[in-house]
Amino acid sequence: MMRQVLLVTRREFNSYFATPLAFVFIFVFLLATGLSTFYLGGYFEAGQADLTSFFLFHPWLYLFFLPAISMRLWAEERRNGSIELLLTLPVPLSAVVLGKYFAALGFSALALSLTFPIWLTVNYLGNPDNGVILAGYLGSLMLAGGYLAIGSCVSACTRNQVIAFVVSVVVCFLFTISGAPLVIELFRGWAPAALVDTLAGFSFLTHFRAITGGVIDMRDLVFFASLTAVFLTATVIIVDMKRGDS
Amino acid sequence: MIDVLNLTKDFGDFRAVNNVSFSVECGQVLGFLGPNGAGKSTSMKMVTGYLRPTSGTALINGIDICLKPLSAQQSMGYLPEGAPAWPDMTPRQFLDFVTRIRGMDKAAVRSATRRAINMTELHGVLDQPIDTLSKGFRRRVGLAQAIVHDPDILIMDEPTDGLDPNQKHQVRAAILEMARTKAIIISTHILEEVDAICTRAMIIDRGRVVVEGTPSALAARSAYHGAVVVTAGSENAASLATQLETLADIRIEHEARGAEAIFRILSADGSSETPTALFARVQALVEQRSVAIIGLALEAGRLDDVFRDLTRGAETGAAR
Repeated sequence: MMRQVLLVTRREFNSYFATPLAFVFIFVFLLATGLSTFYLGGYFEAGQADLTSFFLFHPWLYLFFLPAISMRLWAEERRNGSIELLLTLPVPLSAVVLGKYFAALGFSALALSLTFPIWLTVNYLGNPDNGVILAGYLGSLMLAGGYLAIGSCVSACTRNQVIAFVVSVVVCFLFTISGAPLVIELFRGWAPAALVDTLAGFSFLTHFRAITGGVIDMRDLVFFASLTAVFLTATVIIVDMKRGDS
Repeated sequence: MIDVLNLTKDFGDFRAVNNVSFSVECGQVLGFLGPNGAGKSTSMKMVTGYLRPTSGTALINGIDICLKPLSAQQSMGYLPEGAPAWPDMTPRQFLDFVTRIRGMDKAAVRSATRRAINMTELHGVLDQPIDTLSKGFRRRVGLAQAIVHDPDILIMDEPTDGLDPNQKHQVRAAILEMARTKAIIISTHILEEVDAICTRAMIIDRGRVVVEGTPSALAARSAYHGAVVVTAGSENAASLATQLETLADIRIEHEARGAEAIFRILSADGSSETPTALFARVQALVEQRSVAIIGLALEAGRLDDVFRDLTRGAETGAAR
Protein backbone atom coordinates (compact mmCIF):
# COMPACT_ATOMS: atom_id res chain seq x y z
CA MET A 1 0.00 0.00 0.00
CA MET A 2 2.74 2.49 0.97
CA ARG A 3 4.65 1.58 -2.18
CA GLN A 4 1.59 2.26 -4.29
CA VAL A 5 1.00 5.58 -2.54
CA LEU A 6 4.56 6.61 -3.35
CA LEU A 7 4.22 5.51 -6.97
CA VAL A 8 1.06 7.56 -7.39
CA THR A 9 2.72 10.51 -5.66
CA ARG A 10 5.73 10.33 -7.91
CA ARG A 11 3.64 10.11 -11.07
CA GLU A 12 1.43 12.99 -10.00
CA PHE A 13 4.30 15.14 -8.79
CA ASN A 14 6.17 14.73 -12.07
CA SER A 15 3.07 15.65 -14.01
CA TYR A 16 3.10 19.07 -12.33
CA PHE A 17 6.39 19.67 -14.09
CA ALA A 18 5.24 18.39 -17.47
CA THR A 19 4.46 21.94 -18.47
CA PRO A 20 6.25 25.20 -17.65
CA LEU A 21 3.18 26.08 -15.60
CA ALA A 22 4.83 24.69 -12.47
CA PHE A 23 7.73 27.10 -12.78
CA VAL A 24 5.43 30.00 -13.54
CA PHE A 25 3.41 29.07 -10.49
CA ILE A 26 6.42 28.92 -8.21
CA PHE A 27 7.76 32.19 -9.59
CA VAL A 28 4.47 34.01 -9.06
CA PHE A 29 4.08 32.50 -5.61
CA LEU A 30 7.54 33.68 -4.55
CA LEU A 31 6.86 37.10 -6.01
CA ALA A 32 3.56 37.33 -4.13
CA THR A 33 5.07 36.24 -0.82
CA GLY A 34 7.89 38.75 -1.27
CA LEU A 35 5.61 41.63 -2.15
CA SER A 36 3.19 40.89 0.64
CA THR A 37 5.98 40.63 3.20
CA PHE A 38 7.81 43.82 2.22
CA TYR A 39 5.00 46.09 1.12
CA LEU A 40 1.87 44.95 2.94
CA GLY A 41 3.59 43.49 5.96
CA GLY A 42 6.04 46.32 6.48
CA TYR A 43 8.93 43.92 7.12
CA PHE A 44 11.57 46.64 7.33
CA GLU A 45 9.42 49.23 9.06
CA ALA A 46 8.65 46.82 11.88
CA GLY A 47 12.32 46.71 12.70
CA GLN A 48 12.02 43.28 14.24
CA ALA A 49 14.15 40.25 13.44
CA ASP A 50 11.31 37.81 12.91
CA LEU A 51 9.11 36.56 10.07
CA THR A 52 5.73 37.59 11.44
CA SER A 53 5.05 39.84 8.48
CA PHE A 54 6.03 36.98 6.17
CA PHE A 55 3.69 34.38 7.63
CA LEU A 56 0.90 36.89 8.19
CA PHE A 57 -0.26 36.72 4.59
CA HIS A 58 0.13 33.00 3.98
CA PRO A 59 -3.55 32.15 4.56
CA TRP A 60 -4.58 34.76 1.98
CA LEU A 61 -1.97 33.74 -0.56
CA TYR A 62 -2.78 30.07 -0.12
CA LEU A 63 -6.44 30.84 -0.59
CA PHE A 64 -5.75 31.47 -4.27
CA PHE A 65 -2.57 29.56 -4.95
CA LEU A 66 -3.42 26.19 -3.46
CA PRO A 67 -6.79 25.64 -5.19
CA ALA A 68 -4.82 26.16 -8.39
CA ILE A 69 -2.66 23.18 -7.42
CA SER A 70 -5.48 20.96 -6.22
CA MET A 71 -8.07 21.72 -8.91
CA ARG A 72 -6.60 19.27 -11.38
CA LEU A 73 -6.19 16.35 -8.98
CA TRP A 74 -9.45 14.59 -9.90
CA ALA A 75 -11.18 16.87 -12.37
CA GLU A 76 -8.47 16.25 -14.93
CA GLU A 77 -8.54 12.46 -14.51
CA ARG A 78 -12.25 12.52 -15.05
CA ARG A 79 -12.12 14.71 -18.14
CA ASN A 80 -9.24 12.69 -19.53
CA GLY A 81 -10.92 9.33 -18.96
CA SER A 82 -7.81 8.09 -17.16
CA ILE A 83 -9.85 7.79 -13.97
CA GLU A 84 -11.24 4.55 -15.40
CA LEU A 85 -7.73 3.25 -15.84
CA LEU A 86 -6.65 4.38 -12.40
CA LEU A 87 -9.64 2.81 -10.65
CA THR A 88 -9.36 -0.53 -12.45
CA LEU A 89 -5.73 -1.01 -11.47
CA PRO A 90 -5.44 -3.26 -8.43
CA VAL A 91 -4.80 -0.33 -6.11
CA PRO A 92 -6.94 0.65 -3.11
CA LEU A 93 -8.76 3.91 -3.74
CA SER A 94 -7.41 5.32 -0.48
CA ALA A 95 -3.85 4.81 -1.76
CA VAL A 96 -4.68 6.81 -4.90
CA VAL A 97 -6.32 9.62 -2.89
CA LEU A 98 -3.35 9.80 -0.50
CA GLY A 99 -0.81 9.58 -3.30
CA LYS A 100 -2.37 12.45 -5.18
CA TYR A 101 -2.70 14.50 -2.02
CA PHE A 102 0.95 14.01 -1.10
CA ALA A 103 1.98 15.08 -4.58
CA ALA A 104 0.06 18.34 -4.21
CA LEU A 105 1.44 18.81 -0.71
CA GLY A 106 4.96 18.06 -1.92
CA PHE A 107 4.61 20.62 -4.65
CA SER A 108 3.46 23.33 -2.26
CA ALA A 109 6.18 22.33 0.21
CA LEU A 110 8.68 22.86 -2.58
CA ALA A 111 7.26 26.29 -3.31
CA LEU A 112 7.31 27.12 0.38
CA SER A 113 10.88 25.92 0.87
CA LEU A 114 12.02 28.19 -1.95
CA THR A 115 11.18 31.15 0.26
CA PHE A 116 14.38 30.36 2.20
CA PRO A 117 16.14 33.59 1.09
CA ILE A 118 13.88 35.48 3.43
CA TRP A 119 15.05 33.30 6.26
CA LEU A 120 18.65 33.96 5.26
CA THR A 121 17.89 37.68 5.14
CA VAL A 122 16.41 37.82 8.58
CA ASN A 123 19.36 35.87 9.99
CA TYR A 124 21.76 38.25 8.27
CA LEU A 125 20.00 41.32 9.58
CA GLY A 126 19.50 40.23 13.14
CA ASN A 127 19.29 37.34 15.55
CA PRO A 128 15.80 35.90 15.14
CA ASP A 129 14.44 32.99 17.14
CA ASN A 130 14.86 30.25 14.56
CA GLY A 131 12.65 27.95 16.61
CA VAL A 132 9.74 30.30 16.10
CA ILE A 133 10.53 30.52 12.39
CA LEU A 134 10.58 26.73 12.13
CA ALA A 135 7.24 26.60 13.91
CA GLY A 136 5.99 29.15 11.39
CA TYR A 137 7.04 26.99 8.47
CA LEU A 138 5.46 23.95 10.10
CA GLY A 139 2.23 25.86 10.67
CA SER A 140 2.30 27.12 7.11
CA LEU A 141 2.69 23.58 5.77
CA MET A 142 -0.16 22.29 7.93
CA LEU A 143 -2.31 25.16 6.73
CA ALA A 144 -1.44 24.28 3.14
CA GLY A 145 -2.34 20.67 3.92
CA GLY A 146 -5.80 21.74 5.06
CA TYR A 147 -6.44 23.85 1.98
CA LEU A 148 -5.24 21.10 -0.33
CA ALA A 149 -7.43 18.48 1.33
CA ILE A 150 -10.44 20.73 0.78
CA GLY A 151 -9.31 21.31 -2.80
CA SER A 152 -8.90 17.58 -3.42
CA CYS A 153 -12.42 16.94 -2.17
CA VAL A 154 -13.91 19.69 -4.34
CA SER A 155 -11.94 18.53 -7.38
CA ALA A 156 -13.44 15.06 -6.96
CA CYS A 157 -16.92 16.54 -7.41
CA THR A 158 -16.45 17.88 -10.92
CA ARG A 159 -14.73 17.32 -14.23
CA ASN A 160 -14.29 21.04 -14.76
CA GLN A 161 -11.08 22.46 -13.33
CA VAL A 162 -12.35 26.03 -13.35
CA ILE A 163 -15.36 25.08 -11.26
CA ALA A 164 -13.07 23.10 -8.96
CA PHE A 165 -10.88 26.18 -8.53
CA VAL A 166 -13.70 28.62 -7.82
CA VAL A 167 -15.57 26.36 -5.42
CA SER A 168 -12.34 25.49 -3.59
CA VAL A 169 -11.54 29.18 -3.13
CA VAL A 170 -15.00 29.78 -1.72
CA VAL A 171 -14.90 26.83 0.69
CA CYS A 172 -11.36 27.66 1.79
CA PHE A 173 -12.39 31.27 2.28
CA LEU A 174 -15.21 30.23 4.60
CA PHE A 175 -12.81 28.13 6.66
CA THR A 176 -10.30 30.97 6.74
CA ILE A 177 -12.58 33.72 7.95
CA SER A 178 -14.85 31.73 10.22
CA GLY A 179 -12.91 33.02 13.23
CA ALA A 180 -12.64 36.63 12.11
CA PRO A 181 -14.28 39.16 14.46
CA LEU A 182 -16.63 40.29 11.69
CA VAL A 183 -18.10 36.81 11.29
CA ILE A 184 -18.22 36.10 14.99
CA GLU A 185 -20.08 39.36 15.66
CA LEU A 186 -22.55 38.44 12.94
CA PHE A 187 -23.45 35.26 14.79
CA ARG A 188 -23.05 36.37 18.38
CA GLY A 189 -26.30 38.31 18.46
CA TRP A 190 -28.59 35.35 17.92
CA ALA A 191 -26.75 32.04 17.74
CA PRO A 192 -26.10 29.95 20.87
CA ALA A 193 -22.64 30.43 22.34
CA ALA A 194 -21.67 26.82 21.60
CA LEU A 195 -22.26 27.36 17.88
CA VAL A 196 -20.26 30.56 17.84
CA ASP A 197 -17.38 28.84 19.60
CA THR A 198 -17.48 25.90 17.21
CA LEU A 199 -17.48 28.26 14.28
CA ALA A 200 -14.54 30.18 15.69
CA GLY A 201 -12.83 26.88 16.37
CA PHE A 202 -12.92 26.00 12.69
CA SER A 203 -10.98 29.07 11.70
CA PHE A 204 -7.74 28.41 9.87
CA LEU A 205 -6.60 31.90 10.84
CA THR A 206 -6.88 31.35 14.57
CA HIS A 207 -5.06 28.01 14.55
CA PHE A 208 -2.44 29.20 12.11
CA ARG A 209 -1.66 32.35 14.10
CA ALA A 210 -1.32 30.24 17.23
CA ILE A 211 1.33 28.04 15.60
CA THR A 212 3.24 30.86 13.91
CA GLY A 213 3.31 32.67 17.21
CA GLY A 214 5.85 30.02 18.16
CA VAL A 215 3.58 28.08 20.49
CA ILE A 216 3.11 24.61 19.09
CA ASP A 217 -0.03 23.50 20.81
CA MET A 218 -1.15 19.94 20.11
CA ARG A 219 -4.71 21.18 19.66
CA ASP A 220 -3.74 23.30 16.67
CA LEU A 221 -1.83 20.45 15.05
CA VAL A 222 -4.67 18.05 15.74
CA PHE A 223 -7.09 20.54 14.23
CA PHE A 224 -5.26 20.67 10.88
CA ALA A 225 -4.51 16.95 10.86
CA SER A 226 -8.08 15.93 11.57
CA LEU A 227 -9.55 18.45 9.15
CA THR A 228 -7.24 17.07 6.46
CA ALA A 229 -8.24 13.51 7.34
CA VAL A 230 -11.94 14.37 7.14
CA PHE A 231 -11.63 15.96 3.71
CA LEU A 232 -9.47 13.16 2.34
CA THR A 233 -11.97 10.59 3.58
CA ALA A 234 -14.71 12.62 1.91
CA THR A 235 -12.61 12.55 -1.27
CA VAL A 236 -12.49 8.75 -1.16
CA ILE A 237 -16.25 8.57 -0.70
CA ILE A 238 -17.01 11.07 -3.47
CA VAL A 239 -14.66 9.47 -6.00
CA ASP A 240 -16.20 6.12 -5.20
CA MET A 241 -19.76 7.41 -5.51
CA LYS A 242 -19.13 9.26 -8.75
CA ARG A 243 -17.46 6.37 -10.58
CA GLY A 244 -20.25 6.20 -13.11
CA ASP A 245 -20.49 9.87 -14.06
CA SER A 246 -17.86 10.80 -16.52
CA MET B 1 -12.04 -17.54 -17.07
CA ILE B 2 -14.85 -15.03 -16.81
CA ASP B 3 -18.31 -15.84 -15.45
CA VAL B 4 -20.86 -13.10 -15.72
CA LEU B 5 -23.93 -13.73 -13.62
CA ASN B 6 -27.19 -11.79 -14.12
CA LEU B 7 -25.44 -8.47 -14.49
CA THR B 8 -27.84 -5.52 -14.24
CA LYS B 9 -27.14 -1.79 -14.11
CA ASP B 10 -29.61 1.03 -13.65
CA PHE B 11 -28.80 4.71 -14.14
CA GLY B 12 -31.75 6.29 -12.40
CA ASP B 13 -34.81 5.04 -14.28
CA PHE B 14 -32.79 3.89 -17.25
CA ARG B 15 -31.81 0.24 -17.27
CA ALA B 16 -28.54 0.22 -19.19
CA VAL B 17 -27.77 -3.46 -18.75
CA ASN B 18 -30.51 -5.98 -18.12
CA ASN B 19 -29.75 -9.38 -16.67
CA VAL B 20 -26.77 -10.28 -18.83
CA SER B 21 -25.11 -13.64 -18.20
CA PHE B 22 -22.35 -15.41 -20.10
CA SER B 23 -19.01 -17.04 -19.57
CA VAL B 24 -15.75 -16.93 -21.46
CA GLU B 25 -13.20 -19.73 -21.14
CA CYS B 26 -9.49 -19.59 -21.64
CA GLY B 27 -8.79 -19.74 -25.38
CA GLN B 28 -12.00 -17.98 -26.34
CA VAL B 29 -12.51 -14.52 -27.75
CA LEU B 30 -15.98 -13.16 -27.12
CA GLY B 31 -17.12 -10.32 -29.36
CA PHE B 32 -19.60 -7.88 -27.90
CA LEU B 33 -21.71 -6.37 -30.64
CA GLY B 34 -24.43 -3.82 -30.44
CA PRO B 35 -25.46 -0.35 -31.50
CA ASN B 36 -24.09 2.65 -29.63
CA GLY B 37 -25.69 2.93 -26.20
CA ALA B 38 -26.66 -0.75 -26.13
CA GLY B 39 -24.79 -1.38 -22.89
CA LYS B 40 -21.53 -2.87 -24.16
CA SER B 41 -19.23 -0.43 -22.39
CA THR B 42 -21.33 -0.42 -19.24
CA SER B 43 -21.13 -4.22 -19.07
CA MET B 44 -17.37 -4.12 -19.49
CA LYS B 45 -17.03 -1.43 -16.85
CA MET B 46 -18.86 -3.66 -14.41
CA VAL B 47 -16.84 -6.75 -15.27
CA THR B 48 -13.60 -4.81 -14.70
CA GLY B 49 -14.80 -3.43 -11.39
CA TYR B 50 -15.00 0.21 -12.45
CA LEU B 51 -18.78 0.41 -12.01
CA ARG B 52 -20.73 -1.39 -9.37
CA PRO B 53 -23.63 -3.47 -10.72
CA THR B 54 -27.14 -2.76 -9.48
CA SER B 55 -27.45 -6.51 -9.16
CA GLY B 56 -25.56 -9.58 -10.31
CA THR B 57 -21.80 -9.92 -10.44
CA ALA B 58 -18.86 -11.25 -12.41
CA LEU B 59 -16.36 -13.89 -11.35
CA ILE B 60 -12.81 -13.44 -12.58
CA ASN B 61 -11.04 -16.79 -12.28
CA GLY B 62 -13.61 -17.56 -9.62
CA ILE B 63 -13.01 -14.32 -7.68
CA ASP B 64 -16.03 -12.07 -7.25
CA ILE B 65 -15.22 -8.63 -8.70
CA CYS B 66 -17.66 -6.95 -6.33
CA LEU B 67 -16.35 -8.59 -3.17
CA LYS B 68 -12.61 -8.72 -3.87
CA PRO B 69 -11.99 -6.22 -6.65
CA LEU B 70 -8.26 -5.85 -6.05
CA SER B 71 -7.37 -9.52 -6.31
CA ALA B 72 -9.72 -9.97 -9.29
CA GLN B 73 -8.11 -7.00 -11.06
CA GLN B 74 -4.66 -8.42 -10.48
CA SER B 75 -5.17 -11.05 -13.19
CA MET B 76 -7.01 -8.76 -15.56
CA GLY B 77 -5.98 -6.37 -18.29
CA TYR B 78 -8.37 -3.65 -19.38
CA LEU B 79 -8.36 -1.27 -22.29
CA PRO B 80 -11.08 1.30 -21.55
CA GLU B 81 -13.02 2.97 -24.35
CA GLY B 82 -10.87 5.56 -26.11
CA ALA B 83 -7.66 4.10 -24.64
CA PRO B 84 -7.15 6.79 -22.00
CA ALA B 85 -3.65 7.44 -20.66
CA TRP B 86 -1.87 10.28 -18.90
CA PRO B 87 -0.93 12.63 -21.73
CA ASP B 88 2.16 14.06 -20.07
CA MET B 89 3.85 10.67 -19.66
CA THR B 90 5.88 8.89 -22.29
CA PRO B 91 4.90 5.31 -23.17
CA ARG B 92 8.00 4.10 -21.31
CA GLN B 93 7.04 5.96 -18.10
CA PHE B 94 3.43 4.91 -18.49
CA LEU B 95 4.25 1.20 -18.79
CA ASP B 96 6.74 1.48 -15.96
CA PHE B 97 4.06 3.03 -13.73
CA VAL B 98 1.33 0.46 -14.44
CA THR B 99 3.68 -2.50 -13.98
CA ARG B 100 5.25 -1.21 -10.79
CA ILE B 101 1.92 -0.32 -9.27
CA ARG B 102 0.84 -3.88 -9.93
CA GLY B 103 3.67 -4.92 -7.66
CA MET B 104 6.28 -6.18 -10.13
CA ASP B 105 9.93 -5.92 -9.18
CA LYS B 106 12.54 -4.23 -11.33
CA ALA B 107 13.59 -7.28 -13.36
CA ALA B 108 9.99 -8.31 -14.01
CA VAL B 109 9.12 -4.76 -15.03
CA ARG B 110 11.93 -4.73 -17.57
CA SER B 111 11.07 -8.02 -19.23
CA ALA B 112 7.31 -7.36 -19.13
CA THR B 113 7.60 -3.94 -20.72
CA ARG B 114 9.97 -5.25 -23.38
CA ARG B 115 7.50 -7.96 -24.31
CA ALA B 116 4.53 -5.55 -24.44
CA ILE B 117 6.54 -3.05 -26.50
CA ASN B 118 7.46 -5.79 -28.97
CA MET B 119 3.88 -6.95 -29.32
CA THR B 120 2.51 -3.48 -29.92
CA GLU B 121 5.53 -2.20 -31.87
CA LEU B 122 6.02 0.94 -29.86
CA HIS B 123 9.82 1.12 -30.22
CA GLY B 124 9.84 4.34 -32.22
CA VAL B 125 7.78 6.44 -29.82
CA LEU B 126 8.89 5.22 -26.40
CA ASP B 127 10.20 8.58 -25.24
CA GLN B 128 7.62 10.92 -26.74
CA PRO B 129 4.85 12.28 -24.51
CA ILE B 130 1.65 10.38 -25.17
CA ASP B 131 -0.32 13.49 -26.13
CA THR B 132 2.01 14.07 -29.08
CA LEU B 133 1.34 10.58 -30.48
CA SER B 134 -1.04 9.74 -33.31
CA LYS B 135 -4.34 8.06 -32.57
CA GLY B 136 -3.02 4.69 -33.70
CA PHE B 137 -0.01 4.85 -31.43
CA ARG B 138 -2.11 6.02 -28.51
CA ARG B 139 -4.39 3.04 -28.99
CA ARG B 140 -1.38 0.74 -29.05
CA VAL B 141 -0.02 2.33 -25.86
CA GLY B 142 -3.38 1.54 -24.25
CA LEU B 143 -3.16 -2.00 -25.56
CA ALA B 144 0.39 -2.38 -24.23
CA GLN B 145 -0.83 -1.20 -20.83
CA ALA B 146 -3.57 -3.84 -20.88
CA ILE B 147 -1.29 -6.76 -21.74
CA VAL B 148 1.95 -5.74 -20.05
CA HIS B 149 1.42 -7.94 -16.97
CA ASP B 150 0.41 -10.91 -19.13
CA PRO B 151 -3.09 -11.23 -17.62
CA ASP B 152 -5.27 -14.32 -17.93
CA ILE B 153 -8.24 -12.13 -18.64
CA LEU B 154 -8.22 -9.39 -21.22
CA ILE B 155 -11.08 -6.95 -21.69
CA MET B 156 -10.89 -4.42 -24.48
CA ASP B 157 -13.44 -1.79 -25.38
CA GLU B 158 -13.19 -1.14 -29.11
CA PRO B 159 -9.51 -2.00 -29.46
CA THR B 160 -9.29 -1.13 -33.16
CA ASP B 161 -11.46 1.99 -33.19
CA GLY B 162 -9.78 4.77 -35.14
CA LEU B 163 -6.95 2.67 -36.53
CA ASP B 164 -6.05 2.50 -40.19
CA PRO B 165 -6.46 -0.87 -41.96
CA ASN B 166 -2.81 -1.87 -41.43
CA GLN B 167 -2.92 -1.07 -37.76
CA LYS B 168 -6.24 -2.89 -37.41
CA HIS B 169 -4.62 -5.92 -38.94
CA GLN B 170 -1.69 -5.70 -36.51
CA VAL B 171 -3.90 -5.36 -33.47
CA ARG B 172 -6.07 -8.27 -34.59
CA ALA B 173 -3.02 -10.41 -35.16
CA ALA B 174 -1.80 -9.55 -31.67
CA ILE B 175 -5.19 -10.46 -30.17
CA LEU B 176 -5.30 -13.75 -32.06
CA GLU B 177 -1.82 -14.58 -30.87
CA MET B 178 -2.76 -13.96 -27.26
CA ALA B 179 -6.11 -15.70 -27.54
CA ARG B 180 -4.66 -19.18 -27.11
CA THR B 181 -3.77 -18.62 -23.49
CA LYS B 182 -6.31 -16.05 -22.35
CA ALA B 183 -9.99 -15.40 -21.98
CA ILE B 184 -10.71 -12.28 -23.98
CA ILE B 185 -13.71 -9.99 -24.37
CA ILE B 186 -13.69 -7.30 -27.01
CA SER B 187 -16.43 -4.91 -27.96
CA THR B 188 -16.75 -3.63 -31.44
CA HIS B 189 -19.19 -2.37 -33.99
CA ILE B 190 -17.05 -3.51 -36.86
CA LEU B 191 -18.65 -6.72 -38.00
CA GLU B 192 -15.74 -7.98 -40.08
CA GLU B 193 -13.72 -7.96 -36.88
CA VAL B 194 -16.02 -10.53 -35.35
CA ASP B 195 -15.37 -12.86 -38.27
CA ALA B 196 -11.66 -12.17 -38.07
CA ILE B 197 -10.96 -12.80 -34.41
CA CYS B 198 -13.94 -13.89 -32.33
CA THR B 199 -14.72 -17.48 -31.46
CA ARG B 200 -18.09 -16.36 -30.17
CA ALA B 201 -20.22 -13.29 -30.67
CA MET B 202 -22.99 -11.75 -28.67
CA ILE B 203 -25.35 -9.08 -29.91
CA ILE B 204 -26.61 -6.73 -27.21
CA ASP B 205 -29.46 -4.35 -27.72
CA ARG B 206 -31.02 -2.03 -25.15
CA GLY B 207 -29.17 -3.78 -22.36
CA ARG B 208 -30.27 -7.30 -23.28
CA VAL B 209 -28.48 -10.13 -24.99
CA VAL B 210 -30.50 -10.73 -28.14
CA VAL B 211 -28.45 -13.49 -29.65
CA GLU B 212 -25.28 -15.41 -28.95
CA GLY B 213 -23.29 -17.95 -30.93
CA THR B 214 -20.31 -18.52 -33.20
CA PRO B 215 -19.91 -15.85 -35.88
CA SER B 216 -20.94 -18.34 -38.60
CA ALA B 217 -24.01 -19.46 -36.67
CA LEU B 218 -25.02 -15.84 -36.29
CA ALA B 219 -24.46 -15.18 -39.96
CA ALA B 220 -26.61 -18.21 -40.77
CA ARG B 221 -29.56 -16.39 -39.26
CA SER B 222 -29.33 -13.94 -42.12
CA ALA B 223 -32.15 -13.99 -44.65
CA TYR B 224 -29.53 -14.55 -47.33
CA HIS B 225 -28.00 -17.58 -45.69
CA GLY B 226 -27.90 -20.32 -48.33
CA ALA B 227 -28.68 -18.02 -51.22
CA VAL B 228 -26.98 -18.82 -54.52
CA VAL B 229 -25.41 -15.70 -55.97
CA VAL B 230 -24.97 -15.47 -59.72
CA THR B 231 -23.04 -12.53 -61.12
CA ALA B 232 -23.09 -11.62 -64.79
CA GLY B 233 -22.14 -8.70 -67.00
CA SER B 234 -25.07 -6.29 -67.26
CA GLU B 235 -25.31 -6.93 -71.04
CA ASN B 236 -26.23 -10.54 -70.29
CA ALA B 237 -28.56 -9.72 -67.41
CA ALA B 238 -31.82 -9.97 -69.35
CA SER B 239 -31.09 -13.39 -70.87
CA LEU B 240 -29.80 -14.71 -67.54
CA ALA B 241 -32.99 -13.55 -65.82
CA THR B 242 -35.22 -15.43 -68.30
CA GLN B 243 -33.11 -18.56 -67.93
CA LEU B 244 -33.21 -18.43 -64.12
CA GLU B 245 -36.95 -17.95 -64.07
CA THR B 246 -37.37 -21.41 -65.60
CA LEU B 247 -36.24 -22.96 -62.33
CA ALA B 248 -39.03 -24.18 -60.06
CA ASP B 249 -39.61 -23.26 -56.40
CA ILE B 250 -37.31 -20.29 -56.16
CA ARG B 251 -37.29 -16.60 -55.36
CA ILE B 252 -34.96 -14.27 -57.24
CA GLU B 253 -33.65 -10.91 -56.13
CA HIS B 254 -31.91 -8.78 -58.67
CA GLU B 255 -29.45 -6.01 -58.05
CA ALA B 256 -27.42 -3.97 -60.52
CA ARG B 257 -23.97 -2.94 -59.34
CA GLY B 258 -21.98 -0.93 -61.86
CA ALA B 259 -21.33 -3.04 -64.93
CA GLU B 260 -22.42 -6.18 -63.12
CA ALA B 261 -25.80 -7.67 -62.41
CA ILE B 262 -26.21 -9.74 -59.29
CA PHE B 263 -28.96 -12.33 -58.86
CA ARG B 264 -29.65 -13.88 -55.47
CA ILE B 265 -31.56 -17.09 -55.75
CA LEU B 266 -33.27 -18.45 -52.67
CA SER B 267 -35.40 -21.53 -52.15
CA ALA B 268 -39.07 -20.59 -52.13
CA ASP B 269 -40.69 -20.22 -48.72
CA GLY B 270 -41.67 -23.58 -47.28
CA SER B 271 -39.25 -25.48 -49.48
CA SER B 272 -37.04 -28.01 -47.71
CA GLU B 273 -34.33 -27.95 -50.34
CA THR B 274 -30.81 -27.61 -48.91
CA PRO B 275 -28.59 -24.73 -50.08
CA THR B 276 -26.19 -27.20 -51.72
CA ALA B 277 -28.98 -28.86 -53.70
CA LEU B 278 -30.16 -25.45 -54.87
CA PHE B 279 -26.62 -24.56 -55.81
CA ALA B 280 -26.32 -27.76 -57.84
CA ARG B 281 -29.57 -26.96 -59.69
CA VAL B 282 -28.44 -23.44 -60.56
CA GLN B 283 -25.02 -24.67 -61.60
CA ALA B 284 -26.53 -27.32 -63.86
CA LEU B 285 -28.81 -24.75 -65.50
CA VAL B 286 -25.99 -22.32 -66.14
CA GLU B 287 -23.82 -25.06 -67.68
CA GLN B 288 -26.59 -26.57 -69.85
CA ARG B 289 -27.69 -23.29 -71.38
CA SER B 290 -24.13 -21.97 -71.49
CA VAL B 291 -25.06 -18.60 -70.11
CA ALA B 292 -22.20 -16.16 -69.85
CA ILE B 293 -21.64 -15.48 -66.14
CA ILE B 294 -18.83 -13.97 -64.09
CA GLY B 295 -19.36 -15.70 -60.80
CA LEU B 296 -21.38 -18.31 -59.01
CA ALA B 297 -21.27 -18.61 -55.22
CA LEU B 298 -23.11 -19.81 -52.18
CA GLU B 299 -23.81 -17.06 -49.67
CA ALA B 300 -22.87 -17.94 -46.07
CA GLY B 301 -25.04 -15.20 -44.68
CA ARG B 302 -24.16 -11.73 -43.64
CA LEU B 303 -23.59 -10.66 -40.11
CA ASP B 304 -24.57 -7.08 -40.81
CA ASP B 305 -28.04 -8.20 -41.97
CA VAL B 306 -28.52 -10.13 -38.77
CA PHE B 307 -27.20 -7.21 -36.75
CA ARG B 308 -29.59 -4.79 -38.43
CA ASP B 309 -32.58 -7.13 -38.12
CA LEU B 310 -32.04 -7.68 -34.42
CA THR B 311 -31.23 -4.15 -33.36
CA ARG B 312 -33.38 -2.12 -35.70
CA GLY B 313 -34.85 1.10 -34.34
CA ALA B 314 -32.62 0.92 -31.33
CA GLU B 315 -30.69 4.15 -31.78
CA THR B 316 -31.91 5.59 -28.51
CA GLY B 317 -30.01 6.83 -25.50
CA ALA B 318 -26.47 8.07 -25.29
CA ALA B 319 -23.38 5.92 -25.05
CA ARG B 320 -22.65 5.26 -21.44
